[in-house]
Amino acid sequence: MDKEKRNVNYNIYVESKVPKTRAWPSLIKAFILGGAICAIGQGFFDLYTYFFPSLSESEVSTCMLMTIIFITCLLTGIGVYDVIGAWGGAGSVIPITGFSNSISSPAIEFKKEGIIYGICVKMFTIAGPVIVCGVVGSIICGFIGYFI
Amino acid sequence: MQTYKLKNKVYILEGFSMVGPLEGKGPLKDYFDYIIQDDTLKEKTFEKSERKLLYDLIINAVDKAGLKMSDIDFFIGGDLLNQIVSSSFAARELNLPFIGLYSACATMTESLAISGIFVDNKIANNIVASTCTHFSSAERQYRFPLELGNQRPPTAQWTITGGGASIVSNIPSKIRINAVTFGKVIDYGISDVNNMGAAMAPAACDTIKLHLKNTNHKVSDYDIILTGDLGKLGSEILIDLMEHENIILGQNYSDCGCMIYDKSERVFMGGSGAGCSASVLNSYVLYKMKKGDFKRVLVVSTGALMSTTTSQQGDTIPGIAHAVELVFNDLDAEKNRKKMGETSRLKRKEDVKPLSNLKKTDKKKSKIN
Repeated sequence: MDKEKRNVNYNIYVESKVPKTRAWPSLIKAFILGGAICAIGQGFFDLYTYFFPSLSESEVSTCMLMTIIFITCLLTGIGVYDVIGAWGGAGSVIPITGFSNSISSPAIEFKKEGIIYGICVKMFTIAGPVIVCGVVGSIICGFIGYFI
Repeated sequence: MQTYKLKNKVYILEGFSMVGPLEGKGPLKDYFDYIIQDDTLKEKTFEKSERKLLYDLIINAVDKAGLKMSDIDFFIGGDLLNQIVSSSFAARELNLPFIGLYSACATMTESLAISGIFVDNKIANNIVASTCTHFSSAERQYRFPLELGNQRPPTAQWTITGGGASIVSNIPSKIRINAVTFGKVIDYGISDVNNMGAAMAPAACDTIKLHLKNTNHKVSDYDIILTGDLGKLGSEILIDLMEHENIILGQNYSDCGCMIYDKSERVFMGGSGAGCSASVLNSYVLYKMKKGDFKRVLVVSTGALMSTTTSQQGDTIPGIAHAVELVFNDLDAEKNRKKMGETSRLKRKEDVKPLSNLKKTDKKKSKIN
């Protein structure tokens, strides 16, 4: 009982000592980086629409996403994206670049453990929950949509 | 009795420290014996780099002390990787009897303490106590892939690349191990893996308090009291905890994790890892003691004894701290050595062979064996 009380008090004390992350600088950085990534995406979108007028809007959109994913993988591979991510925080996570980075970085990291046990097994250690949530969410939405 | 006072004279004959490029830019850069420029150490994986780092540390420490590998009776040490692979794989190459330890980041003082007791009880003459960590292998094991673009909380610490090796011996030198205190495992209910300093501070507090009580010393008797890797926040908490126990840690208190990096580096609360106290102890502390600037030193390495599995299962983080008290040896060590006819075995820092040569000679040796 005594120990529990001591631990609770200690946790309260530590909480009061922990420096807090300042919200505003993080928000501004995330806004700048996230906005920049989206602007680059829009740039590619406009470029593809101009050069390939026969493509439909959704096809252009897919091409743009593929380009952004490729650039992120490349930047992850050459060791630049982690610096960008550490600076921009959520600004780099929320666009598709974050998802691409979360799959390519473990793939690079665990390459040394082999193709099956390294790359294939570890590739989704970080992105896995996102995929599971996405699939479960769409199943639930599908059910709701069917009955409405 | 948690504190063991060494009855016979046990010395730290020499220490050797090696650190990575980032640590090599820090305030202690002039004290380290060797600064690695390429943190892969030309190995294919970071796990291999870590074991090579440990191997190089030991070979160089033995050489710096003017001893041969055949003079060493035991290698006592450990590291942070699962199943302490770096130490055991390094020991495979070293051809020495190996006693593997794990106290997380408190491994350096634990191995020094056990080595001291071994030499004190005449079980061995010369023991090499060593540990190291590598930032990249620790990140792989404990946290996220290196290239993941994530942010760290402000309480996070930076595992250092580097380590140290000490030669504990009965051959007189200027640094004597006076007493050692083995800490209890203490848990104050912290479960945030990004706040190790807070989890380990109570253990450090308990060990320091007990050591002072059992040796009848005051804080002011020490020229420096060094904790291992509590970091900025952890050391502030320790000062508060000690104050609560009516012990005031003054100007003579410092933390290895706070000392090792330059203030401009983005390392949050400071350095951590078993190599943190090992490299600072075997460079800065031993150098200052040899010069006679420090007469009495208390080194308290601190460790957090959790694994990724226990943390994910919601367990709190138990902490441990082991203390080693070093005193400056008043005897004129050089004279003593002359009497013992061991001057020929002394080597100066300049005489230490470069790493590449060392490896070759060792390979030859192992072939003969």
